[in-house]
Amino acid sequence: MSVSAKDSYQKLKTAAQEKVKSLNDRPVVWVGTATCGKAAGAVDVREFFKEEIEKRGLDVRVMEIGCMGHCYAEPLVIIAKPGHPRLCYGYLDEGLTRRLVQDFLEGDDPCYEFALVALDPNDFFPTFTDFPRGVYEKKIILEDCGFIDPESIDEYIARDGYEAVAGVLEMEPEEVLRQVKASTLRGRGGAGFPAGVKWEACRKAAEKTRYVICNADEGDPGAFMDRSILESNPHLVIEGMVICAYTVEAAQGYFYIRSEYPQAVRRVNNALEQARDKGLLGNNILGSGFNFDIEVFEGSGAFVCGEGSALVSSMEGEMGVPRHKPPRLTASGFRGKPTVLNNVKTFAYVPHILRKGVEWFKNTGTEKSPGTAVFTLVGKVTNQGLVEVPMGTTLRQLIFDVGESVPNEKEFKAVQIGGPSGGCLPESVLDTPIDFDSLYDAGAIMGSGGLVVLDEDDCMVAIARYFLEFTQQESCGRCTFCRLGTKHMLDILTAITRGEGEQGSLEILQELAEDVKNGSLCNLGGTAPNPVLTTLRYFGDEYEAHIKERRCPALMCTHLVAFYIIPQKCSKLCNACVGSCPTEAIYTRDDGLKAINQEKCVKCNSCLKACPPEYNAVVKLSPPELVEERERENNK
Amino acid sequence: MELAAGEKEEILKHVGAVLEEFKTTRESLVPMLQAVQKKVGYLPELAMEKIAEGLDIPAVDVYGLATFYNQFRLNPPGRYQVKVCMGTACYMIGGKVALESFERRLDIQEGETTPDREFSLERVACVGCCSMAPVVLINDMVEGRVTPTRVDGLLLEYKDGEEKISEENKEEARTKGADNSSSNEEGERSA
Repeated sequence: MSVSAKDSYQKLKTAAQEKVKSLNDRPVVWVGTATCGKAAGAVDVREFFKEEIEKRGLDVRVMEIGCMGHCYAEPLVIIAKPGHPRLCYGYLDEGLTRRLVQDFLEGDDPCYEFALVALDPNDFFPTFTDFPRGVYEKKIILEDCGFIDPESIDEYIARDGYEAVAGVLEMEPEEVLRQVKASTLRGRGGAGFPAGVKWEACRKAAEKTRYVICNADEGDPGAFMDRSILESNPHLVIEGMVICAYTVEAAQGYFYIRSEYPQAVRRVNNALEQARDKGLLGNNILGSGFNFDIEVFEGSGAFVCGEGSALVSSMEGEMGVPRHKPPRLTASGFRGKPTVLNNVKTFAYVPHILRKGVEWFKNTGTEKSPGTAVFTLVGKVTNQGLVEVPMGTTLRQLIFDVGESVPNEKEFKAVQIGGPSGGCLPESVLDTPIDFDSLYDAGAIMGSGGLVVLDEDDCMVAIARYFLEFTQQESCGRCTFCRLGTKHMLDILTAITRGEGEQGSLEILQELAEDVKNGSLCNLGGTAPNPVLTTLRYFGDEYEAHIKERRCPALMCTHLVAFYIIPQKCSKLCNACVGSCPTEAIYTRDDGLKAINQEKCVKCNSCLKACPPEYNAVVKLSPPELVEERERENNK
Repeated sequence: MELAAGEKEEILKHVGAVLEEFKTTRESLVPMLQAVQKKVGYLPELAMEKIAEGLDIPAVDVYGLATFYNQFRLNPPGRYQVKVCMGTACYMIGGKVALESFERRLDIQEGETTPDREFSLERVACVGCCSMAPVVLINDMVEGRVTPTRVDGLLLEYKDGEEKISEENKEEARTKGADNSSSNEEGERSA
């Protein structure tokens, strides 16, 4: 070893810092173009900015960044102009773009009335820490997401990126392992298995060819934090993988990314290329003599491939079917060799832990689950988006303070955590702290971090049915209980939502749920009944109403509701509902008021939305027989 | 579905290129199928048979894999691929209503393509823009807050106008030309 890894790194860092600094002494517009931003129109916004800036002949760079996690306000931009704090603007459109270019970039008025938040402390405008969300949030792995250019390795290095690798390369692998173990970092894929223990098992394996795989097969509907991290800060994960590889002495690594995430695949490939160029990946990393390279494998979209052994067999060109354990992957994984498989988020913590120390990491979170938890907060909540809070924060704080509660003055009903493997928790358990063990006791799991808030309009039987339909379709078919048991459970739930449930259905459902849990090899089957079990446990009365009264209390199950126009409220002067109906089910009565032909109605909700608030004449009735009753009453 | 004249040669050409490009080992099977689908748009039987030959494995293994994974499609995609998001947020707020509206208007079921190959309909897991639920993707254009009336509007727009066609399909659309004769009936109904 002629040059130390730290010296090589220092050279890279100085160069990167100079480069970044030279670029930042003129105004920059950063447009958030992760997938979520793109869906909201960020690409158009970027083009508007470029057009306007060019038209006015300004010297302003337009750059792309990842996702800041404030999805409710997309498309978002950050504008940095020397002399002003960096300001973030949301809900961008063509008009606002023109205004910002004209008044802020050309003129000098930052248009505070449109700004959401300032990123630097200043005397004029509030920063993140002035909002409730900023108080509860503590960002570790999302720290740089949305604030650095994911396609430029220099920005990452300038912010101490890859410093942990440089430090680690001068340590003995055992020492790195000791630190990771001491941090008690738990795997963020859902089960919470300690990462250090996994690495140690792999290191101890007799076979010397070893692999490191990053699991980015994020399949939960409603969870997209892994994608966000890969799209917003891919180098952080790569750095974590390099450290892991050094510890377990692996020479080859893989990213297993869903092919449904084309942008993540592209940005990771780009990042890998840049890391190789800088000598941070490939042969002789930072002159230390350590060799490690990473390739991307695109997964083909099978939920079960999130399970370790299924993932590995899908990489080998087979169907993604789980197998018996032991042997664990750390003994016999990819190509039968010892393999460490960790989630994107798990790897993302590693550089932080090694750079800032074990004690620093353990200061956040709870004793048994140190660190933070990342959630995609969606559903009926005001501030949707990606949030990172310390473990131990309660669900109530997360939903009502960080998420700023349920919009439209609706009543909170439940929160669904952990996707198809998780459960629905009611208001009464909202004071449960968020950590692996407490959530498990409440009947849900940490899972990959999807968190959907449900309000009074959501039917708990329907949501249980939705998740079961998902797992039923995604069951690989290996274990009989998972393959047939979930099908049978789904049939029962479908019958209940159609008002065809029978007495005793719930007992069968409960029994089947237990059997599927016990009779399945992997966690897909083992956790599939969770949504059903938790809704039965906490919302049994809704099931009862469906079965005994053929009534859907949330007015959601289409077979159990009917739409009705209240003649007393309807106006002869309005035709809004008629135009909105896709099936011409609404007709004008002889007296000029509107009514619905129940046989033609497809219960699509359009008329209810179309009816102007001053009339509010359309209502949903459950059970549907109520319509006839009302009509009789009105004809008297 | 019957292969049109010229399609067979096209498929064979692409499969040949893919077999050249990848190592002929079992591990390459998934990336190979992905590459073929990228070029051809779907996995025709012919392509699967040729790949099985190339790798010297039973054709049923290839078929098994192609049907196991959600990514692979066995039907040619329509000129406009309609994908209805069925993530949790979209489902709860009316994704199913949107899907049913498309099924009703296009007269096909989810997973099918209209006989004129104009539209194909499928459901996708979360596309990650839950705050705009329910979401529908038409090719790569994202449409948020889709109601049944919006469905009619969208179909009308894509049948009549060319303005919303995404970059990559522009070329194709120009060569195929616009065939709008079938759209009038639907247009009147929703107008």
